[in-house]
Amino acid sequence: MNIIVCVKNVPFTQEVDLVLDASKQDVKKDNLVYVINEWDNYAIEEAIRIKEETGGHVTAVTLGKEADEEVLRRCLAMGADEAIRVERGDLNPDASMIAAILSAVVKTIPHDIILTGVQSDDLNNGITGSLIAERLGLVHAAVVNSLKISEGKAQISIELEGGQDEMSQVTLPALFAIQTGINEPRYVSIMGIRKASKKEIKVIDASGLGLPGEDLQPSLIMEEMFMPPETEGAEMLQGDAGSLADQIIRIIREKGVSL
Amino acid sequence: MAKILVIAEHRNNELREITLQMLNKASELCRANGHELYAAILGNNIEGLISGLKEWADKVIVYNDPRLKDFNPDNYRDVLTALINEQKPIVTFLGHTPWSMDLAPGLSVKTGFPLATDCVDITMDSGRPKVVRQVYSGKIFSRMAFRDASGYLITVRAGAFPAAKAFDYQAEIIQGAMPDLVTQGRREFMGYRDTCKGEVDITQAELLVSIGRGIGEQDNIPQVQELAGIMGGTLSCSRPVVDKKWLPKYHQVGTSGKSVKPKVYLALGISGAFQHVAGISGAGTVIAVNKDKKAPIFRVAHYGAVADLLNVAAALKEKVSVK
Ligand SMILES: Cc1cc2nc3c(=O)[nH]c(=O)nc-3n(C[C@H](O)[C@H](O)[C@H](O)COP(=O)(O)OP(=O)(O)OC[C@H]3O[C@@H](n4cnc5c(N)ncnc54)[C@H](O)[C@@H]3O)c2cc1C
Ligand SMILES: Nc1ncnc2c1ncn2[C@@H]1O[C@H](COP(=O)(O)O)[C@@H](O)[C@H]1O
Repeated sequence: MNIIVCVKNVPFTQEVDLVLDASKQDVKKDNLVYVINEWDNYAIEEAIRIKEETGGHVTAVTLGKEADEEVLRRCLAMGADEAIRVERGDLNPDASMIAAILSAVVKTIPHDIILTGVQSDDLNNGITGSLIAERLGLVHAAVVNSLKISEGKAQISIELEGGQDEMSQVTLPALFAIQTGINEPRYVSIMGIRKASKKEIKVIDASGLGLPGEDLQPSLIMEEMFMPPETEGAEMLQGDAGSLADQIIRIIREKGVSL
Repeated sequence: MAKILVIAEHRNNELREITLQMLNKASELCRANGHELYAAILGNNIEGLISGLKEWADKVIVYNDPRLKDFNPDNYRDVLTALINEQKPIVTFLGHTPWSMDLAPGLSVKTGFPLATDCVDITMDSGRPKVVRQVYSGKIFSRMAFRDASGYLITVRAGAFPAAKAFDYQAEIIQGAMPDLVTQGRREFMGYRDTCKGEVDITQAELLVSIGRGIGEQDNIPQVQELAGIMGGTLSCSRPVVDKKWLPKYHQVGTSGKSVKPKVYLALGISGAFQHVAGISGAGTVIAVNKDKKAPIFRVAHYGAVADLLNVAAALKEKVSVK
């Protein structure tokens, strides 16, 4: 079973005061810490589990800068066999460009299964996986929360809303966008990552893929990023934990809940 | 006359609310710009749903065919590509839902129209849409324009617009002609499964004490569980707590969990992702405790406290137990 997993390094933004850069086209990123996109952590884990069960070969692919090789080393440490970084150069790709580039890369690698995450934590597009599949003419499913492979088919469940799943059967080769909770991603030690850093990461240049010019043009043009409107928002309670607790109890009682 | 097309979503023989929310926004844009509002619905034996759409659009295009009985991204893509190529809507709306995450990309590839997803606002500017999206886990908003094209695809966030009728239509119903379905049988629907059934029904609680990833570790859960008990409330949670198997799925609040309507929702260490807060729009009062003063939950909460949830939980426990 040949499995390709698309993984992305994303900035960790919790408890961080994001600030817009001068162009107002993005946030300042120099102080941000990068982590594997949460959904992709589950996707790479799923790929390695399938390999462990059925045998096969797992290739992790990312489109990014040299610093983003960190995410590939993590995948190698988890058990991926091979890693490819597609150098994006000066491109600041949107979902359609990312999908065009990644599909040109994965087309040249044998694959029975391609996995992506459901969404990226930074851009939240939620479509890169299905776009890759459609460009390659592959059948696909988004928001997959269970995946069993047997005899050239995948038995999957797709998470819908409101606690309902859709069960389906898909003929391979196929692409699946993986949802969190599908498995429990294994722990990766610093030692493991250090060991994996000796493995080679293949680098391909996005501009050398022979893509037509229109594929390297964004579909969407960023006009500006802006902070959420200030008008809405909570009345902020002040004080130490004890005083906050007093205020919270008072509010709960005021709203008609007896404690 | 230029057209805006809304793709209706339905399940278990009911129109999904997102359909009416999209029609509300599309109607507003149509009336402001002199466009015609089209709705399309695909399925099998959907007569009841069709009449439900009549008052919401100028025209309703219907594809009623056994092959469209269950959602299938291959078949739905082929039908809608044919429809879009024939009717040439300037903008096509789909919901930003699990189904459309499977469907909209195929339409974009086949029609060549650019696609913007999960939009929370949409305006028209000289015949071309502009959208607002949220990035970086909802901490930043971005305004995006499209490259020039003959049509544009937009997926709309659930809850971004009201499901209210903006105008009374009497739609003309048109039967669409089924095109050839070119990639049949690759994905077969086998059935639905309920995942949220269990011992606790969070939808009936008056007070929900809800924990998110900020709970830190599994060992911290019993003390909040106990707090919920002392307060006479029910414990609920956000998705990561279920993903880590720290609590069963029937505790989960949000789009893929339950929608809840307590008098008070106490959110401890929950950032406020839209998939979570979509589940608490029915809550009377939301109180959020979070270490991050910029956490998006503070935009939807009525009261907020920037604090460590474990400290607040400990203080609450002490004060409620002495009363
Ligand atoms: C298709 C789909 C469906 C989804 N459905 C759901 C759903 O139904 N329900 C749902 O919840 N999510 C759902 N999600 C996931 C959602 O996008 C978010 O990832 C999730 O809601 C984040 O949960 P969280 O707020 O607990 O965690 P995080 O976003 O990680 O936030 C944790 C918060 O805790 C705070 N914190 C940390 N430590 C402390 C402390 N000691 N004291 C106080 N605060 C602290 C941090 O500042 C942070 O704000 C879905 C996603 C997708 C793609
Ligand atoms: N630059 C990238 N490199 C590799 N994979 C990516 C990249 N961007 C997005 N993806 C994949 O596409 C998924 C969905 O991303 P998005 O459509 O941006 O929400 C992610 O979970 C990744 O698997």
